[in-house]
Amino acid sequence: MSENGIGAAVLRKEDDRLLTGRGQFTDDINRPGQAHMSILRSPLAHARIVSIDTSAAEEAPGVVAVLTGREMAEDGVGGLPCGWLITSKDGSPMVEPPHPALPADRVRYVGDQVAAVIAETREAARAAAALVDVEYEELPAAATLASATRDGAPLVWDEAPGNICYDWEVGDAEATEAAFRGADHIVSLDVVNNRLIPNAIEPRAAIGEYDSRTGDHTLFTTTQNPHLIRLLLGAFVMGIPESKLRIVAPDVGGGFGSKIHHYAEEVIVTWAAKRLGRPVKWTAERSESFVSDRHGRDHLSHAELALDAEGRFLGLRVTTAANLGAYLSTFSTCVPTYLYGILFAGPYTTPAIYVEVKGVFSNTVPVDALRGAGRPEATFLLERLVDKAARETGIDPVELRRRNLIRPDQFPYQTPVALQYDVGDYQATLDLALEMAGADAFEERRAEARARGRLRGLGVSTFLEACGIAPSAVVGSLGCRAGLYESGQVRVHPTGSVTVYTGTHSHGQGHETTFAQLVSDELGVPIDQVEVVHGDTQQIPFGMGTYGSRSLAVGGAAIYNATQKVINKGKRIAAHLLEASEADIEFENGSFTVAGTDRAKAFGEIALAAYVPHDYPIEELEPGLDETAFYDPKNFTFPAGAHIVEVEIDPETGTVELVQVTGVDDLGRIINPMIVAGQLHGGLAHGIGQALLEECQYDENGQLLTGSYLNYTMPRAADLPNFELGHNTTLCTHNPLGVKGVGEVGSIGVCPAVINAVVDALSEHGVTHIDMPATPERVWRAIQSSQA
Amino acid sequence: MSSLTLNVNGRSVTADVPDRTLLVECIREALGLTGTHVGCDTSQCGACVVLVDGRSVKSCSMFAWEADGAEVTTIEGLASDGSLHPMQQAFKEHHGLQCGFCTPGMVLSAVDLATHHADASESEVREWLEGNLCRCTGYQNIVKAVLVGAEAMEAGA
Repeated sequence: MSENGIGAAVLRKEDDRLLTGRGQFTDDINRPGQAHMSILRSPLAHARIVSIDTSAAEEAPGVVAVLTGREMAEDGVGGLPCGWLITSKDGSPMVEPPHPALPADRVRYVGDQVAAVIAETREAARAAAALVDVEYEELPAAATLASATRDGAPLVWDEAPGNICYDWEVGDAEATEAAFRGADHIVSLDVVNNRLIPNAIEPRAAIGEYDSRTGDHTLFTTTQNPHLIRLLLGAFVMGIPESKLRIVAPDVGGGFGSKIHHYAEEVIVTWAAKRLGRPVKWTAERSESFVSDRHGRDHLSHAELALDAEGRFLGLRVTTAANLGAYLSTFSTCVPTYLYGILFAGPYTTPAIYVEVKGVFSNTVPVDALRGAGRPEATFLLERLVDKAARETGIDPVELRRRNLIRPDQFPYQTPVALQYDVGDYQATLDLALEMAGADAFEERRAEARARGRLRGLGVSTFLEACGIAPSAVVGSLGCRAGLYESGQVRVHPTGSVTVYTGTHSHGQGHETTFAQLVSDELGVPIDQVEVVHGDTQQIPFGMGTYGSRSLAVGGAAIYNATQKVINKGKRIAAHLLEASEADIEFENGSFTVAGTDRAKAFGEIALAAYVPHDYPIEELEPGLDETAFYDPKNFTFPAGAHIVEVEIDPETGTVELVQVTGVDDLGRIINPMIVAGQLHGGLAHGIGQALLEECQYDENGQLLTGSYLNYTMPRAADLPNFELGHNTTLCTHNPLGVKGVGEVGSIGVCPAVINAVVDALSEHGVTHIDMPATPERVWRAIQSSQA
Repeated sequence: MSSLTLNVNGRSVTADVPDRTLLVECIREALGLTGTHVGCDTSQCGACVVLVDGRSVKSCSMFAWEADGAEVTTIEGLASDGSLHPMQQAFKEHHGLQCGFCTPGMVLSAVDLATHHADASESEVREWLEGNLCRCTGYQNIVKAVLVGAEAMEAGA
């Protein structure tokens, strides 16, 4: 391992600018002559727009224009497309309603865009928005998942009876029924997966700009996904050739999935900038973020597990209703299906599985991917069910898991729900986690706590996730309307420094460092001479962005392949310069050497020869040293882990204290252990937030009750412990780096471990399940009702 | 309108801003110092924390005119002579930032804590950061950085 190469905890290259206030986030950018936009949003969950009178707003000081859905329709601006077609059980396609950026006739959730007010200053735009007079005819709302699925529920879309977007299935229903018929135990569980609001700390922002001289559009936007936004906005919404549309995603302040999607505001500023002939800037206020950033999770599920007398899992069946919100957001439809249903084998050998999912429209903010996206929901349900099975059969929860974990000699392992796992060692991961958590001595700690009047519990979760999204042919056959490969370009400059262009986007993950380490290691170039460029469609060949823990597994693999092309070309140049056969040239530590001799050329010499080709095989080799690779993964990657949580509960108040959180994970090869630990910490915090603190709530009229940090509980420093992390590594077998991904692991594995620990602590009160978030009130009530 | 004179990052500056202008708006828009961030509209997130006369203040929670005559330190004013302030250095060495959006507020809150309570314990650091939200780090490395940075500040004082 070189000092700054693969495996080294290199300090981040991006930190100096971010620590000194020299980062450049979208709201930090101001364009000459720009106007400011404020969006007037629907105050009602469901209403017909009877009329919009913009005259008073148009006359207000500083107002440039007030635009509504009518003007947008006149200009032929299309709706926001959905990226993934889901086919129902009966073969019919999902119901795919229109998704206008500015609806003209009906609003469908609190926060839906009604008008764009554009003025000289942000304050003037805001003030004028209050003068737009909208007459609504309020309609009954389907405000929650439960109310949207009730008989006779108000319809969000007339074309979607019962509010059903799709009724999807995966697995073998018949085989699963047969497994249940032969079972010794059947365990069932109803689970709510609580709705979350993403809350990246940087609010979304967008600036549209149009150059009438050239016809070029530029959109600065807070996205994880610049090329996909260009594709969707250019080809599907606005009809702008991609050669005339540049998307720039500068420093982006966290995403967690919420900045993957194509948003209405991106359309509106792009359209308005051309219409008005000046740049238009919009920055969300946090109150707007709460009602317009795509929300996450929100499932109601019923699940049953069939076991034989020894506790072996025979079959699993799951029925889920998943809230999609009012419109189909970019990836919303695949989250509760292909990122959820196919995860139900987990790390276990369950031979028969059947999963049914209904995607449900409601009069709420659209729901889409949020850190983990489908996989946390599946993992929570499965790991709660396994724990309940342990209690009902009397088998220790760890022992029950051991009896069912896939053994190392069973890989590659084909699950009954489509996935083929390449590699893993789940038993050893669990063993290490138990040792680190001191599980052996837990009962002593429980007894000691009991003596103090406290309830102590230990919860385990063994899990895996499908990451590194994704093999294009596979997702294509499942309805994805894009290929999910990645590009990487390695441009070697004449004197040997390197610029790397990646189609992934970094918004906290540290790609500028990790990818530089990778290239430095492969090419032997000092890390301070490797620059990583991302987030600008004008500079980067193409890309599918950052989500699904894919950046290193897919984007890193593309960069790696590009470095190999550079090395191969370098060998041909070196062979010529050294008058040797290409087959005899070896490349190591930045030096091209004739095997078995001391004749060598340094990497920089080869680079110079490539650009100053005076002594060069120019008949057979083009000058230059600049290589691009597109990498399409052969399979998903399967990070896996065992998370163990120990809690102590005060029965008088219901307060849950996290005594210890242990996470042992198999992430494949680790490039930068410092960054990996940071990713795990953040994911664990997100998962603990879901388990103990966070819940998005609507009232029956569709009004958001948790619309600010005053009533939506974000994890704060004092809510969280230090995490104990360990690794048990097997290398991914099908990508060149052996990497698996880390961004989502924490949020996927830890929720069930927390709740299993809480239920364990409360079990002596007869509690068998508690829904997330396990707030003090909910825990206290569970204790009280058991005593009643 | 208010005509203000502030000492910002060691330099005297004047600004003419409407009376209702918040200090954070004055810093970002009138003075062009965009290192101070806005993450919410309810004074909860702490991304806008600056030092006013040496104490950390959420600059969204005071008017610009209230700072007339004050010494204001923003994140741009912390490093000196091209080298990071010990608290910035600690954040870098202990990976106390990921996306970097909450970071300016975190660092300046931490500088206030370290200046006035150099020997704060880990739990005191966690309580102190109650008004600074981070979604990326789970706070573990921030807390570690604050403890190390406080020690380094005291050693250098």
